[in-house]
Amino acid sequence: MPQRQFGTAAVDVDAEGFLTDFSQWTREVAAAVAKEEGIAELTPAHWKVIEFMHKEFKENGQVPSIRKLNKSGVISTKELYDLFPGGPAKKAAKIAGMKKPEGCV
Amino acid sequence: MKRLIILGAGTGGTVMANLLRKRLRRAEWAITVIDRDNEHYYQPGFLFIPFGFYTKKDIVKPRSKFLPRGVEFIVAEVDRINPAANEVVFQDGSNFPYDFLIVATGAEIVPSETPGMLDGWRDTIFDFYTPDGATALAEKLKNFQGGTIVVHVNETPIKCPVAPLEFAFFCDWCLIRHHKRDKIELVYVTPLPGAFTKPVASKALGSLLEEKRVRMVTDFNAERIDAAARKLVGYDGREVAYDLLVTVPTNMGSEMIERSGMGNEYRFLPTDPNTLRSKKYENIFAIGDATDLPTSKAGSVAHFQSEILAENVLRAIEGKPLEPGFDGHSNCFVEAGLGKAILIDFNYDVEPLPGRFPFPVIGPMPLLKPSRINHWGKLAFRWIYWHMLLRGRPIPFVPARMKMAGKKRPETGAGPGETK
Repeated sequence: MPQRQFGTAAVDVDAEGFLTDFSQWTREVAAAVAKEEGIAELTPAHWKVIEFMHKEFKENGQVPSIRKLNKSGVISTKELYDLFPGGPAKKAAKIAGMKKPEGCV
Repeated sequence: MKRLIILGAGTGGTVMANLLRKRLRRAEWAITVIDRDNEHYYQPGFLFIPFGFYTKKDIVKPRSKFLPRGVEFIVAEVDRINPAANEVVFQDGSNFPYDFLIVATGAEIVPSETPGMLDGWRDTIFDFYTPDGATALAEKLKNFQGGTIVVHVNETPIKCPVAPLEFAFFCDWCLIRHHKRDKIELVYVTPLPGAFTKPVASKALGSLLEEKRVRMVTDFNAERIDAAARKLVGYDGREVAYDLLVTVPTNMGSEMIERSGMGNEYRFLPTDPNTLRSKKYENIFAIGDATDLPTSKAGSVAHFQSEILAENVLRAIEGKPLEPGFDGHSNCFVEAGLGKAILIDFNYDVEPLPGRFPFPVIGPMPLLKPSRINHWGKLAFRWIYWHMLLRGRPIPFVPARMKMAGKKRPETGAGPGETK
C-alpha cells in the first residue's frame, strides 16, 4: 500500500491517491491534497462541503452524490463545479479523505 | 387472513408473486399485486425498436398473464405508502392494509431534471427508454440524412448501464448497412471517466467504441441543453454540438416513493444490500431498480435477488434472522453490432472479467469479448424472460450468487478486479 507524507502527517493512499484510512485525515492533509488538485486555498465554502460530506458519511456510510449536496441546500451544483473544478465529486471526496465515490454500475 | 402487498408488476414484482404464492399458504396469506397499468414491456427490447428489429407490440404482454392463480391483481394509481400505519393509500383516498410489503416500483426517466431537455423533446432530442420514445426515434433515424448523432448519458445510476453503449454500436452497424456511416459522426457523451464504471470492462468497451469510430467525451456533466442551438452545455463550460441527441435522461425511482417520504435523493428506497430489507422498516422489502443498491439496475439483478428475497420474506414472517445472501450479482449481454454481443458477469466486489461462461474452458459463452453465440443468447433471452424468468423458474447453470470459476483477471495492473 503506497504511503504519502504531507507535512508532519503520513497517510496510506490507494493507487489513485484516495486515503484508505480516514482516521489519518487532518485539515493539513486536506490542504495539501487540495493543492495537488489545483485548489490553492480551501475557503470556508470548501470547508462547508467537506464537513457536509463527513457528516453524511458518518450517518449513511456513503459518499454523498452531487445531487444530494445540491438537494440538501448546502451548495448548488454550479457552485460546486466552481469550487472543485473538473470532477467535483471525486475531488471533494479525495480532499475530504474519503474513498472514491462509487460510480454506480 | 394476513396480506402481502407487492407494489409493481414488472420483472421483480412478477417473479416475487410467483415465488411467494408457492411458498405462502393460501388459507393464511392473501397476496395482492398493484400496478398502474396492465402492460408488461420486455424492457431489453426497447433498444431494438429504433433500428426496426422490433416494434412496440413485439415486446408487450398483459401483466396479469404472468401472475399465478391465487394472486389478486389491482390496476390503480397508488398515492403513497403509509409505513407507520402499514397501509397503502390509493389516489382516491381509500387505503389498503398490509402485513408485509414488497416495493418493486422500478425506475423511470425524468427529462425535466435537465434544463432545456424538454424544449427539443422528440424533435431533435429522443430517448429509447420508453416504448413511445423508442418508436419515435425509429421514425427519426429512418429519415436522418447526415450530421452528428450524440449518444448521451446524463447522470448515473441508470437502468441497464450498457444500453447507451449498445445503442452506439447498433447505430454504427445500421449506418454501415445503409451506406451512411461516412456522412454521420457518432459521439458518446458520459459523466463517467470512461465507457463503463469498472476498469477492465471500461477498457474493453472503450476500445470497441474507438474501433467503431465513436468519439468519446468523458467526465461530462450537463448543466443544461440549448435546444435552439442544438448543443449540450457542461458545468465545466464545455459544449457538445449535435444534430440528433439520443439521451438517457436522469433516472429516478417512482414519485410515489417520494410522496411517501421514503426515498433518497433519487427517490430510490434505502435497502440493505445483502438482505434486501428496507433499512428503516422491518416489514418492508425491495427488489430491482427501486432499491438504492450499488449494483446494476437490470432484470438479471432482480432475478438473482428474487430467490434470496423470497427466503428472507418467509424468515421475517416466521420471526427468524434474515439471510444476508445477495452479493450484487449482475449478468448482461451487451450488443456490439455486426451480429455479435459481449457477455458480462459481475457482483458488488468483482468487476466484469474476461473468461468463459457458465462453465470454465468449455463455456460456451466467452466473457467480455464480442461473439455470435452471445448475440444469439441475447435474442433467445426474450423467450426465456417470458416463459421462465417471470414465472420464477431457475435458469439452468446460472445461480443467484456469482461464480469465480471460468473468470480470469488480466495480468497487467495489480488486482484491479477487486473493486470495493
